[in-house]
Amino acid sequence: MALVLNEEQQMLKTSAKEFLAENAPVEALRKLRDSKDPKGYDPALWSQMTELGFAGIAIPEEYGGMGFGYTGLGQVLEETGRTLTASPLISSVLLSATLINLAGNEHQKAALLPAIADGNLLVSVANEESNAHKPLAAETRFRKSSKGYSITGTKKFVLEGGTANKFIVSAKKNSKSGLTLFVVDAGAKGVKIDQTPMMDSRNIVTVTFKSVKAAATDILGGEGKGAAPLEKALDIARIGLSAEMLGSMMEAYDRTIAYLKERQQFGVPIGVFQGLQHRAADMYCEIENCKSLVIKSLQAIDSDSKGLAVYASMTKAKISQELKRVTNEAIQMYGGIGMTDDEEIGFFMKRARVAQRTFGDSNYHLDRFATLNGF
Amino acid sequence: MDTATATDLKTFRAETRAWLEANYPESLRKPVKNQEKEVYWGGRNPYFHTPDTKLWFDRMYEKGWAVPHWPTEYGGGGLSKQEQKVLREEMARLGCRPPIFSFGISMLGPALLKFGNEHQKMKYLNEITAGKVWWCQGYSEPGAGSDLAGLQTSAEDMGDHYLVNGQKVWTSYADSADMIFCLVRTDPEAPKHSGISFLLIDMEAEGVSTRPIKLISGKSPFCETFFDNVKVPKENLVGKLNQGWTIAKFLLTHERSMIGGVGDARKEVPLSQIAIKEVGLDDGKLADPVLRLKVAQWMMDGMSFKLAVERILDEAKKGQQMGAKSSYFKYYATELNKDKHELMMELGGYDALKWGEEYEGGKLARDMCRTKANSIEGGTSEVQLNIISKRILGLPGK
Repeated sequence: MALVLNEEQQMLKTSAKEFLAENAPVEALRKLRDSKDPKGYDPALWSQMTELGFAGIAIPEEYGGMGFGYTGLGQVLEETGRTLTASPLISSVLLSATLINLAGNEHQKAALLPAIADGNLLVSVANEESNAHKPLAAETRFRKSSKGYSITGTKKFVLEGGTANKFIVSAKKNSKSGLTLFVVDAGAKGVKIDQTPMMDSRNIVTVTFKSVKAAATDILGGEGKGAAPLEKALDIARIGLSAEMLGSMMEAYDRTIAYLKERQQFGVPIGVFQGLQHRAADMYCEIENCKSLVIKSLQAIDSDSKGLAVYASMTKAKISQELKRVTNEAIQMYGGIGMTDDEEIGFFMKRARVAQRTFGDSNYHLDRFATLNGF
Repeated sequence: MDTATATDLKTFRAETRAWLEANYPESLRKPVKNQEKEVYWGGRNPYFHTPDTKLWFDRMYEKGWAVPHWPTEYGGGGLSKQEQKVLREEMARLGCRPPIFSFGISMLGPALLKFGNEHQKMKYLNEITAGKVWWCQGYSEPGAGSDLAGLQTSAEDMGDHYLVNGQKVWTSYADSADMIFCLVRTDPEAPKHSGISFLLIDMEAEGVSTRPIKLISGKSPFCETFFDNVKVPKENLVGKLNQGWTIAKFLLTHERSMIGGVGDARKEVPLSQIAIKEVGLDDGKLADPVLRLKVAQWMMDGMSFKLAVERILDEAKKGQQMGAKSSYFKYYATELNKDKHELMMELGGYDALKWGEEYEGGKLARDMCRTKANSIEGGTSEVQLNIISKRILGLPGK
């Protein structure tokens, strides 16, 4: 498949770009941060975004979505990366809806996906437990009795967990059994949510489950059978998040290049200096590489490629490395002004660090890439 | 032919496959050991490694496939882009060696097709496709490397001929070549880019001499070439007088995309396989954990660059300008190749340091030395970064 967007995808990208520039510029994130609103996103903006169909892009038509695929969703995510727009797109739409679509039965899909596509239902995956990404290593346990299931454990780094209506929580029967995924109401008895404010000002929480009740009908994909769909959903989410990160990378880079042309020192724009030019040119090359990885990987999701895991790890690793570098270089090249909170460039670095870590950082994926390639 | 239907192409593929099967000599169906020696370079005093090397060239020339992408009136095959791709794929499938390797095809040809007059095209292109003339390139000078436009070799207008004096350096295989295409200064008073012309010079002319340069790899693929009062016919000027820089830039861009490996159909052994062979696995992981991550990083960088080339070519097909992106290709591909060879040295341990006769264990160390030139020849990495800064990013000049 040619590594270019088709006309519909291009149109979607353009309309997302225009909408976000108008309604959700970086300034909006600053206001949100300064308001200290624990929601971490703007519900009014989210309802506009869902009216435009953003939440249903990758959800199949039979479940109330647009059936437009992940290449399409990736374009919207890329644009939200440019504006650093905080919303439940990553947690509820990209990861949770994908997981429900992969693991859920007909009844669960029909009950949950249309509501996610509408934007009215927000679902977050509660999976991480240790201080680093170990997606299949749950210590959370469930007990099974004649009355149903009871889940106990603590989940951290739950994205948009403070506003979620439901959690998909992973748990094991014992240390040797497979992962089971439960859909649990955020308001259920025994669920406790603690805000853990992060440097990107979004809403990330720790959720404690204490003897939380669940029924057999709340299990996604069968008891002990959650690992495979979770890994696949995570791979898709890694690629989608990489699209967002690519948008941030390009925006931070474009702003930096503009600054090099505008900032005067020694009577000339600082962009004349080769010490800066060569670093800028080298970053240009890596951004070209990253653009290609993202479109190829998005297409790999839509074509259900067997190489999905390799593409996901390669893309998440490389994008994480380059986004780190571009945001660091941006602040260095902005100089003192880049250190000030008044200047927006710092917001890009702060969001970058959280996104780099989310769903596995570059070290995790470099290691996984080697393993997947048989060495 | 560019509108050929899928059926036409299918037929072409079947015919090509059958023809190659029937005509590619049995004795050549094994890996090349010494590329430089075994491949046919053409020339007035042709050297064929074996009789089958000659047979293979003759058959391909007869078919027009020595240079399949040139027009038939110049001895080419007149194939459409799609047909060229099919031919490349079918040749790769059977492991066919190129029938001829020639700077005439890769470098001078494209310049003549774009800037030459009809007489020059008829004469020189037909000679090239027939493998009759070995061309070399005279660009760099001792005082004109990255600052190529500062070249000083002069061609003085003597009425009925040019009189050429000066020195070129890094002329590939000048000691074997029959002709050289040269950048010469025809107007010493003009600003440096505006006084340069593109001239074709016979290496057998009186006053031309060469001296091989021994490289750190131990090989001597390059020479110094001296011009001492060499008379050159005026008809050997390509393009307009004092407008040679335009041709030079065109050829440099072309050369960069070649060095960048764009369109290379050959299959490479993945670096991970080389690593496993050299270092071994321990519980499914490369036995050296540091090298394991270095190899993984290189493979990721390499794959992402490959995808970028693919994407940019796809965009070009949809009408987006390639522009100075060839500088990115050249820069990134050559840096990757250098890194790869350094990594192979690390993987290879003590044995990789061997400096025995080539193909007797000393190949990797010599190849590694040779790769150092990748980021110097055809415009250094720093020059490519300058071009990206100026022409793509629009950063100001001094």
